[in-house]
Amino acid sequence: MSLQELLATPPAIVAAGVDVFSDALRAQGAEVHDVDWRPPAFGDPADLAALALDARRAAANRTAVERVLAAGSQLVDVQPARAVLDLPDRMLLHAGPPIEWADASGPMRGALIGACLFEGWADTAEEAERILAAGEIALDPCHHHSAVGPMAGVTSPSMWMWCLQDPVGGGRAFCNLNEGLGKVLRYGAYGPEVIERLHWMADVLGPVLAAAVRTPLEAGVDPIDVKAILAQMLQMGDEGHNRNRAGSAITLRELAPALAEVDAPAKAISAVLRFIGGNEHFFLNLGMPTAKLAMDAARGVPGSTMVTVMARNGTEFGIQTAGTGDRWFTGPAQTPVGLFLGDYGPDDANPDIGDSAITETYGVGGFSMAAAPAIVRFVGGTVPDALATTERMYQVTLAENPAMAIPILGFRGSPTGIDVLKVARTGWLPQINTGMAGAVAGTGQVGAGLVQPPQECFEKALAALAEETRAA
Amino acid sequence: MAAPPTGVRSVVLRSGVYADSVKLMQVSRDVGATEGVTGVLVAMATPLNLEIAENMGLAPDEEASPEQLLIAIRATDDAALAAATAAVDAALAARERSSATAATIPLRTIGAGLDELPVDTEALAIISVPGQYAVAEAADAIAAGRSVLVFSDGVPVEHEVLLKRAAHDAGVLVMGPDCGTAIVSGVALGFANVVRPGPVGLVAASGTGAQQVSCLLDAAGVGVSHVLGVGGRDLKAEVGGLATLDALAALDADPATERVLLVSKPPAPAVAEAVRAAADGLSVPVRDAVLSADAPDLTAAVEGLLADMGREVPAWPSRPGPDEKAVPGAVLKGFFSGGTLADEAMLLASPALGEIRSNIPLRPELDLGTDLAAPGHVVVDFGDDALTVGRAHPMIDPTLRLEAISNLAARREPAVLLLDVVLGYGADPDPAHSLVPALTAARRHVPLPVVVALIGTEGDPQGWSRQADALAAAGAAVFASNAQATRYALDLLGGAR
Repeated sequence: MSLQELLATPPAIVAAGVDVFSDALRAQGAEVHDVDWRPPAFGDPADLAALALDARRAAANRTAVERVLAAGSQLVDVQPARAVLDLPDRMLLHAGPPIEWADASGPMRGALIGACLFEGWADTAEEAERILAAGEIALDPCHHHSAVGPMAGVTSPSMWMWCLQDPVGGGRAFCNLNEGLGKVLRYGAYGPEVIERLHWMADVLGPVLAAAVRTPLEAGVDPIDVKAILAQMLQMGDEGHNRNRAGSAITLRELAPALAEVDAPAKAISAVLRFIGGNEHFFLNLGMPTAKLAMDAARGVPGSTMVTVMARNGTEFGIQTAGTGDRWFTGPAQTPVGLFLGDYGPDDANPDIGDSAITETYGVGGFSMAAAPAIVRFVGGTVPDALATTERMYQVTLAENPAMAIPILGFRGSPTGIDVLKVARTGWLPQINTGMAGAVAGTGQVGAGLVQPPQECFEKALAALAEETRAA
Repeated sequence: MAAPPTGVRSVVLRSGVYADSVKLMQVSRDVGATEGVTGVLVAMATPLNLEIAENMGLAPDEEASPEQLLIAIRATDDAALAAATAAVDAALAARERSSATAATIPLRTIGAGLDELPVDTEALAIISVPGQYAVAEAADAIAAGRSVLVFSDGVPVEHEVLLKRAAHDAGVLVMGPDCGTAIVSGVALGFANVVRPGPVGLVAASGTGAQQVSCLLDAAGVGVSHVLGVGGRDLKAEVGGLATLDALAALDADPATERVLLVSKPPAPAVAEAVRAAADGLSVPVRDAVLSADAPDLTAAVEGLLADMGREVPAWPSRPGPDEKAVPGAVLKGFFSGGTLADEAMLLASPALGEIRSNIPLRPELDLGTDLAAPGHVVVDFGDDALTVGRAHPMIDPTLRLEAISNLAARREPAVLLLDVVLGYGADPDPAHSLVPALTAARRHVPLPVVVALIGTEGDPQGWSRQADALAAAGAAVFASNAQATRYALDLLGGAR
C-alpha cells in the first residue's frame, strides 16, 4: 500500500513495543494489533540488523522459495548406489554432517558395521569395527552426493536407490530403500536377520522395483509423480515424516500393476508386494529425496537466509543455508522426547539422527503436524497442539507451499522455507518429528518422538550469513 | 532387555478393539509409570510387537493376530496388577482434552503481525522496541509495503539511511527513528495531541516542535491534515532529508492538505537547499518553521502561516501567574521534557542572558555533561537519550525532573524556573498532579517564580484548561506558547535582561 493510500484513510496499526502507545491508540478508537515482541533469542544485534537491511535479502529469499515451490519430483529409476552415485568401492555414505568413526554414536556405528558385513568387507562385527576404526572405509555424508538417508542413513555401493528427478530444474536426488520396522540397519541393528534382509533387498526387491519403474517408462508411460503423492498424503492424515501410511499405500497402488508384470517368479513378486504392504514407512524414502530435490534447487542464492538442509549424524546436528553454499553449521544433537517401545526408556535413546529432517526443511513432517494430529501425541500433546506447532512454524518460514495443503487449516499451504533470521527473532526452533534409535550399536528402534535442532546451528549460520552480507 | 521373571503377570488379547500405535504407546508409558508395575505393553499384536512382548517375557500363550489388541502387564503383586489393568481400560476409554489452540500462538514480529491483516487494510507499524532491535522490525514493515513509525532511539544513522532508501523504493515512509509524534489521517501515534482536522500538513524533524505547532494551530481554529514526523536526524547531511522529501511529496498529493509547515532544527545547508528546491516544485505552499539563531521562534512561524492563510492571530491561551517581582541576579533554570522546546528557549534567551549551559548545548563548549545541578543559567532536556536510558520518557515518568526541582530549591540559588508540560496521547495522564506538590514545596523554601509552557489542547485527555488552572493555582504562570513562556521568564529575570 502506498503512502498516498495511507494518507487517504485512518490506518490500522500493528505495534511492537511499549503498551502505552497501543493503549492511547485504542483510546482513540483506532484498530490496533499488538505484536508479542521479545528480544531475539540469539544473534549479535549488529548481525541481525545487517541481515535485516541487506538489500539482496528479500529478492534472494523470494528466488530461493520460488525454486523450492516450483521443484517437482518424478520417480525415474531404481539402481544400485554404485551405479548412480559413482561411489568408490570402499566408501559408505551416512546421514548428517561429516563424521569420523571415532565420533560416531552407537546406531551410526552399528549401521556402518552392518554395511561392511553386507558388502562382504568384513566377516564379523569385530573385523568391521577394526577396518572402520583404521580408516580403511571412507565415510561421506549422503548430502554430499545428492542423496539422503533416514536415521543412520548408511548407504553402501550395493544398496539399491530410488532415483528421483525434478522435471523443472532437472536435478536428481537419491535415497536407499526402506527396510521396514524393528531391527533394521538404519536404526543401527546389524544382526544376521538385518544382513539377510539387505541381501534380499539387493537381490530381489531392488531389481523387481527397477523393472517395475523402468518398463512403463520405456513404454512411454509418465513417471510416477512423487510430489503429488506427498501432497495427497497430507490430505489423508500423514505428515510425511513419522507417518507415511497413506503415502505408502498410494505408492503400492501406483507400482502394483507394473510389479505384476515384472518378469520374475510369482513368489518373488508376492514377497515384494508383501514387503511393501507391510511397511508403513515405505514411502519415507521417496518423500525424503522429493524434499531434497526441492531444497537443492535453492542452493547457492547469495543473500538468502533460507535453510536448505537440516540433518543429523547421531552426534551432531548440521544445517546449510541457500546463502552459504555447502558449509555446514553444526551443534550437538539433542535427544528426542517421545514414546518408547516396550521396556525402552529415555536412557536407551541415542541423540537425534538422520537426514529425514529434510522433510521439515521442505515444510512437511513436524512443520505440517496439523495435517497428522496422531503424531503430536508422541509428546502427550493434543490436536490443538498440532495446530499450534504448525502455526509457530508459519512464523519462522518464508512461504506457504500451495502444493502441500493442510485440510484442517482451511487448506492453507504448509509452512515452507525456514528463515534463519526469523528463527533468531522468534526464538522458535524448527519442530522435527523423528524415530529414536537405541544408543547401543545393534539395538534398533527404541521409540519415536519430537526433537529440535540445537540453537547453536542457527547461531553459527546467522553469524556466517551476516559476515557474507558485509563482504558482499 | 531380558525380563526378570518375578512378580505376577497378565497377558490378554482382545478382539474388536483398535487404537493407533501412538495412543497405545502413550497408554503403555502412563501405566508403566505407576507404582508396582514392572512392565507394560499395550499394542496391536503385530509380529514386531509380539517380538517385543517376547523379549519382555510377556508373550501371549495363544496364537495372536495383528487385529487383536495385546494387553500385557507385569507387576509386583496382584493388587498392582489389578490397578494397572483398570488403568489400561480407563486410558483406552479416555477422551482427549484440548490444552492449547492455534489462537494462543502469539505473533512475535511486525512481519507476522502485518501478515495477519487482510491485504487491502490500510495499515502502518509503530515500533518502540529497544533501538538495537528496531531495524529488523522496521524492515519487516517496509518489506510488507507498509509505512512505519520508529519511536525507538539508538538506531545507527547508517541503518536509518538504509531503511529510508528501502522505504523510498517501496513507496512507503519511515517516520523516525527516534520519532515521538505523528498524526496520520486523524490517528495520533506516539506523543501527539488531539487537534482538529484541517488543511495544514506538518513535516517535523522534531516531536515536541510538531506538538507546539499543531496545538497553536488548533488554538487558532486551524486544523491539521497529517503530522509526519521524520526523525531528528532526517535533515542532517548523513540522511539528506530522505523522509522529508517523501513526506513533502505525499502531502503535496494529498487532497486534504492545502499548506505545509516544515518544523525542524537548522538543516545541513546542502540538505536545506535540496528540501527548498523540492518544496518550490510542489503545488502546495511550504513554509519553514526552522529553529535557528535567526528565526528562533515556532510561535512566530505559526503566526506567519496564519497570516499566509489570511487568518487572524488569536491571543494565545495563558494563565498569568501571581504578581511576582523581577529577581535581580537570578539565573534561568529551564527543565524541559521536549528537546525542541528546550532549544527554542535557549535560542530566545541567549541574546539576553549570554551563556546557557545545557546537556543539549547551542555550542559544544557549553555542554553541561551530567551535572544537572550546575550553577548559573542552565537548560536541561530530560528527554535526551542519555537521560532516558532504562527509564520512560519524562513526558511519562516525571521522577528525574521532580528530583531536580527539589534539589534546586535546596541549593537556594536565586532562580526563575521555566518548565514545559506536554499533554496529549502517550503523555502523563495528569502531570499537574505530581508537579503541583513539587512546585509548592519548592516555593515554600525559596522565592522561586515558575513559568510553564503548557503544550496541549482542550481536546487532549488531560485538558489544557484543567492542567493550566491547577498549575496556576500552585503559583505558576502558564502559557500555551513556549516562546511566550520563555519571554515571560526573561522578564522575571529582570536585571539579567
